[in-house]
Order: sequence, then structure tokens, then C-alpha cells
Amino acid sequence: MINKNIVIVGGGPAGLEAARTLRNAGLTPILLEGSDRLGGHLLEWDSLFPSNQKASEVLESLTADLEGIKWFTNSKVEEISRIKDIYLVRTSSGYTFQANAVLLTTGFSLFNATLKQELGYGIYDRVITNADMERYFATGEHPCIHEPKTIGFVHCVGSRDEKICNRACSKVCCATAIKQACHIKEKFPLAQVYCFYMDLRMFGRGWEDMYYNAQTKYGIRFVRGRVCEVSEGMDATLNIKAEDTLLGKPIRMKMDLLVLMSGIRPRKDTEDIASNLHIELGTDGFYSPRDPFIRTNESSNEGIFLAGTCTGPATLPETFSSARSAAARIIEYLESK
Amino acid sequence: MIITDFGYCLAPSNAVKVDKTTDWRFEKLCALESDVLKCIGCGSCTAVCSAGHFSQMNLRQCILSLSRGQWEKSVRSLSRCMLCGKCLMVCPRGINTRHLILSICRIYCPGEGGSNA
Ligand code: SF4
Ligand code: SF4
Ligand code: SF4
Repeated sequence: MINKNIVIVGGGPAGLEAARTLRNAGLTPILLEGSDRLGGHLLEWDSLFPSNQKASEVLESLTADLEGIKWFTNSKVEEISRIKDIYLVRTSSGYTFQANAVLLTTGFSLFNATLKQELGYGIYDRVITNADMERYFATGEHPCIHEPKTIGFVHCVGSRDEKICNRACSKVCCATAIKQACHIKEKFPLAQVYCFYMDLRMFGRGWEDMYYNAQTKYGIRFVRGRVCEVSEGMDATLNIKAEDTLLGKPIRMKMDLLVLMSGIRPRKDTEDIASNLHIELGTDGFYSPRDPFIRTNESSNEGIFLAGTCTGPATLPETFSSARSAAARIIEYLESK
Repeated sequence: MIITDFGYCLAPSNAVKVDKTTDWRFEKLCALESDVLKCIGCGSCTAVCSAGHFSQMNLRQCILSLSRGQWEKSVRSLSRCMLCGKCLMVCPRGINTRHLILSICRIYCPGEGGSNA
């Protein structure tokens, strides 16, 4: 089996973890990353809930030892073709790799918040996204964050919204909103921080504790209602509209900073790759596993495996587990050949 | 007639007896306008409502009340609606709210401008 080739497409957390697991099992996986750095979305995040560990530390431990993994950056996959049992993976860097198995760990893209025009991202300076907020936490700099007095977090932006053709929940943004709300409150203790939610989905281990601490330790105020209109006043503060559905009344508020929790969407190239490889997509636009319980790492096409958020929203621990189980499944598959 | 004052009186129960309130009107509404079942109670419609700023008009609450059989008060508030359609623009479940409002009026207050559907 040692001379069988495995190509992993995508050098984010799932790809790196799967590559490490396969390498530890004595194989030599080939890891292809389209951008110029390994790490995927971990590169853009400052800290991780619920423990607040730095994303850079997690990334360091993932990339500390790449011995035995053949990894390539700036290698976007352009085409994958099949001759009998062998896949040929052609990259933008001009190489073609032979593979007995291909693992897709292509991940997700963050919802483009400018598409929800009524929320004003890209129109009003003080409307930012969760990704901008992480950048601010990492660098301490943002042109529009100066001692804000009222800060609002808007949940479910680009998720649970038929108007942008996505009914699905992104799973991790409730926890991210609460993590960021507590962080910003630490930075500006005098600010009043609000979270506007439709349902709070704090299902993970330790997440309800985050919620509890946000209420009791940080005094974050939770409003059950969806922010659906934002406008800017002459003094550049934002006017927002929502209904406080528990109170049963429309509310109007002024905000100095509004943070949109952009959700998890399939990458643009998902459809192309799916039709290129004849693998099925779910109605949510993510790759479908062969069955939802047991063969979660297999696609509908033999020899093509799936791991991480290319099969739908997932937390980071779930992504790592799915990468390791994909590696185990690939080894079983190659041994059976 | 002299009523003896016992120093207390019996107040009618404030609780909604949801199991006793399924009524034919809501079932008819669901059959005619299944959109009503999609509402997730987010309040976007109420937040942007042109009428809600000045009156009790609250579409979210109205939909919820109807499903609980509490229709008298909520249907009355719909008379404030101007059918401007802002609620339709924001609804994350894509409910055709204006059409829904008209259907509610047809079923719950026939003869008041609506035809007796
Ligand atoms: S996790 Fe929370 S914020 Fe994110 S889409 Fe789901 S309900 Fe909305
Ligand atoms: S259509 Fe009626 S309910 Fe909807 S926003 Fe306009 S006034 Fe309000
Ligand atoms: S906007 Fe739509 S989903 Fe939200 S409360 Fe109104 S009708 Fe229901």
C-alpha cells in the first residue's frame, strides 16, 4: 500500500489534519493548497471559542511537523480526470499528480455580507463583519473603532434566510458572536453590548457556560429579534430597526458599531468540482456524503473522499475528527484494492 | 340583589388553554395559505412595519395568536395595515405577507370588505 498516492485538495485545518494522520500511518500524502499559505480560515481568525485559545497556536501545532507530507501552495486544482482506477489531478502550477484516492477538504467561504444591502455593509463604515472583528482583535486596529458606546451583534447574516437562498443555520456564529461580544466588552468596559438573535444555538460543550458568563460576567444584553434595517445618521452613528419579540414591540436604537455574523456558505467552485467529479451536492450546496451516518467521508463517486466544512458547517473539533476519520476510511479503501 | 362581599372575588383564568382553542378558522387559513406555517417569529415584519410604529399592528404576534386560537384582538389590529409590502421584503422565510394578511381578513372577518371565502 505504501506506494499508493493520495491527493488532498485544500490546505486548511481538515486537509492538514488528514495529511498528518495519513503520514503517521506511513503514507506520503500530497497536499495541494490554492493560496500562498497553509491554514485556510485559521489564518483569518484571532481566537477560538469556547476556550479562547489563539488560532495561531492551533495552526502552529498543525504545521509544526510536515515531514513526510508533500505539500504545495499556489496550487489550485484545475481539473481532475479519471483513467480506470487512477485520478489525474492537474494544478494551476502546471503539475499533474496521479492519485489512487482524492480527499476533498476544500472548506467553505464566508457569506458576502454586501449582498444583504439593508444591513449596510460596504455602505456604512461602522458596519463590519465577524471576520473584520477578528482582524481587529489580532491587530488592534480598525479605522472605525474608537471607544464605541453601543455595539450590536447581528446573528444569522446570510444564514436562515430564504431571501439569499440559504435556509440553513451556520452552526458556529451564535458562539462566535458571544465570544466576540465578551472580547469587545473587555476592551471597552463602558460600552453597552447587544446580541440580536432569532434562536441562540449554544449546543456545544461549554457553550452554554459562555452564554452564562456573557450574561453575568460581561453584562451582554440579548434581544430576541432580527435586525432588518440599518441606516446612518448625520453623525455617522447607525440607526437600527428590530422587533423585541419577547416584549412584542418594535424597537429603534442608535449604534456606534454593528457587527454582522456572516455565515458559512459553499465555496464558489463547489459546483464545478462536483460536476467535474460527478459527485452529488445537497440542496444546501455542500457536497453530499454517500450516507449521512456511516459513510460520511465518502462521496457518491468511488475513490473521492470528503472531510471538513466542504460537507456543511462544522466546528473546528468536528472538522479535525472528520479529517481523521476520512484518513482511516481512505486507508481501508486502499487496502481493499 | 345584594351580593355578599366575601373580601375576594374570582378572577377569570389568565392562562391560554391552547388544547381547547383549535378552531376551524386557523385550519382553514392553513389550507388556503400554508405560508403561515413557515413563520419563525423573527419579528422582522413588525420591525419595519409602516403601521406598527404608530399602532398595535404586529404581524408576527398576529400569526402566533391565530395559531393559538387567540384571534379577536389580533385580527382587529390588522385593519391598520396599509399593504405597503415592507414586511414582504424582509421576511427571512419568504412569506408572501400581504397575501397572507388578505387571506386572514377573508377568513376571520368576512363581510368587512372581504368576500366571504
Ligand atoms: S449559529 Fe446562530 S447565528 Fe449562526 S446561523 Fe445558526 S442561529 Fe444564526
Ligand atoms: S404590508 Fe402591512 S403589515 Fe406589512 S409592513 Fe406594510 S403596513 Fe405593515
Ligand atoms: S418576518 Fe416572516 S418569519 Fe419573521 S415574524 Fe414576520 S412573517 Fe414570521
